[in-house]
Amino acid sequence: MSKNKKKIFSGGLGQLTIPVVAIALLVIFNLIRDPSFFGVDLAHNNDGNIVLSGNLISIINGASELAILAMGMTLVTAACGGQDISVGAAAAIAGSVFVKVLKTSPEISGGKVLLAFICACIVAMIFGSFNGTLVAIFKIQPMIATLILYTCGRSIAYWINGGATPTLSSPIITAIGSFIPGIPIPTPVLIVIAMAIVFKLLFKFTALELFTQSVGINQSAARLNGINSTFIKLLSFIILGVCVAVSGSIGVSRLGLINHETLLLDVEMDTILAVAIGGNNLGGGKFKIGGSIIGAYVIQMLTITLYAMKVSSTDVKAYKAIVIILLVVIGSPVVKEKFGKFMSKLLENRSKETVKGA
Amino acid sequence: MMKNNNGFKREPLTDTQLLMSITIAIFFGMYILAMIILQGGFLHAQQVFDMLNDNASLIIVSCGLTVVMIGAGIDISVGAVTSLVVMSCVLYLNGGGNIVGSILLALGIGLAFGLVQGFLISYLDIQPFIVTLAGMFFARGMTTILSVNPQKVEHDGFAALRSVKIEINALGYTAPNGNFIPARMELGVVVALLCVVFIFILLKYVRLGRGFYAIGGNQQSALMLGINVKRTRFLSYIISGILSGISGYVFMMHTGAGNATNAAGMEMNAIASSIIGGTLLTGGVGNVIGTFFGTLTLTTIKKIVVSSGLNQPWWQSITTGGMLCFFILLQSVVLNKRNAKKK
Repeated sequence: MSKNKKKIFSGGLGQLTIPVVAIALLVIFNLIRDPSFFGVDLAHNNDGNIVLSGNLISIINGASELAILAMGMTLVTAACGGQDISVGAAAAIAGSVFVKVLKTSPEISGGKVLLAFICACIVAMIFGSFNGTLVAIFKIQPMIATLILYTCGRSIAYWINGGATPTLSSPIITAIGSFIPGIPIPTPVLIVIAMAIVFKLLFKFTALELFTQSVGINQSAARLNGINSTFIKLLSFIILGVCVAVSGSIGVSRLGLINHETLLLDVEMDTILAVAIGGNNLGGGKFKIGGSIIGAYVIQMLTITLYAMKVSSTDVKAYKAIVIILLVVIGSPVVKEKFGKFMSKLLENRSKETVKGA
Repeated sequence: MMKNNNGFKREPLTDTQLLMSITIAIFFGMYILAMIILQGGFLHAQQVFDMLNDNASLIIVSCGLTVVMIGAGIDISVGAVTSLVVMSCVLYLNGGGNIVGSILLALGIGLAFGLVQGFLISYLDIQPFIVTLAGMFFARGMTTILSVNPQKVEHDGFAALRSVKIEINALGYTAPNGNFIPARMELGVVVALLCVVFIFILLKYVRLGRGFYAIGGNQQSALMLGINVKRTRFLSYIISGILSGISGYVFMMHTGAGNATNAAGMEMNAIASSIIGGTLLTGGVGNVIGTFFGTLTLTTIKKIVVSSGLNQPWWQSITTGGMLCFFILLQSVVLNKRNAKKK
């Protein structure tokens, strides 16, 4: 009996406690503040299509790039016990390659977009394997290894563009960045769902999840069991590369232009935060990709909530910081333990009282 | 080492000393090469002083970061705290404050960040990256809440303090138009050098400083040696916080204005300086003298790129990245080789 009690108070949902509680708190807060906050309408957009609109849709839509990056980052975090801080810079490079290939000739066709995306993927995977090589083979801590690309990535993107910020205008790009005619759901959201399904299938039909976890928990033990930890680490960075290419391409399509300085600015910090809010240990080991995805939506919901409360976009960071600290303090093992003890004491006293009363 | 002359075997260099000597050697090698090949400004002592003047606050911040990194932590809030300190001190001085008050304010803000972050990290056991990331967001957000527009200091006492420059005639040079220009050094550089010396002594000769190495090297062993691990870690963040406060003041003395984008990206530059100087993010290895030379190396690379005619805006950071890559690989290869030998 007492064992069960303890389990409930030290987090019944396990790893997903923090993200689920956070999202629930935000939803409740918003409903109290403004009951119509989550209202979803069907409206005509500028192109005359019927599309979904409302705060909820803009939250889900806006968090797409972040959610995709968070999936890849979770794998890297789990396998290497460290984070890739170059995702924003790498996304700028991938986006530049995407635009560069599309700009080779004036007309843009579906096949060409696919080709451009594949090129962006290959480049992002090359940069991913560069980071991966430093981490897996040269045994450098991930944060330091990726600091190199963080420092020079956006400049490389600038270099690829030849010092310009080229724009794209084509119905296909608009379809990727906002809505496909006839479908009311924003395309980036569909891409997130597709990516999530790909990851799910990957984990279902390969042993990637198990191998990644074992490498993250104990590398030597994993090696003794015949797992090639170098390869797993490298693979996690290459998979992150694909995620980076996808979100870079979405980011470019959304705006219709590539700006190497502002494309997915500061996204690396948000991504790591999403992974942490998702209840994943930043030191590696067990992971849940679902947690990270929820984490990404928590961050976006927080941002949109603050915007709705008329906080200016530059000031949002300060409020975000306070919420982050509150979340991690609630989630910290020390506080959890203290709280659990306090609650069980409270319950004990109450049960004693009831015994006395009887 | 003392008995070297009597035929005893010389003690091998520690990891810290080895990495530091590589950095210092590369710095001097690079600078001498620049003097021979590029000449120009590199032949004047003022070049070194300029590098110090521009980077005094970066040096101070890097010192704090080195301490935290030796203790196996990380503090990425330093740049944002610097920016917040600049903005608040500028507003305080313009609102009729005095110099002493502004210095206390700078130290107070730094200390407050150090206290809160240190408490959350060491006593509540939360990951340092997340806590200091939140600290960074908070400081950046507070800076823009204070003022979005750039603010210039309009305070006579501060202007007088800012104009104090140390002039060394012996190192000066005669400009092409015949005027003699002595080498000038700002007051901030003196503060930065004092910080380096202070942290060096702390890390080398003080019990607390040795404690940082102990908790960074192996937390469990440190605990068994009777070191108060939590308190030591707490203090490392406080040192880093106070140094960010000082750095903010020095930054203000250099620029004389507060701007929301001040010190942008400084945390990564500081981490890079520490790494180039031979500090490992895993903890237990590092030296503040190395960090000092790391900062200078980083600046020298940028200066060389500019003066060798690569004018496009992207070359500076691409070469910085390349250099960083070189240093990181070098350290990894050297350390792996040594560890393989030990086994």
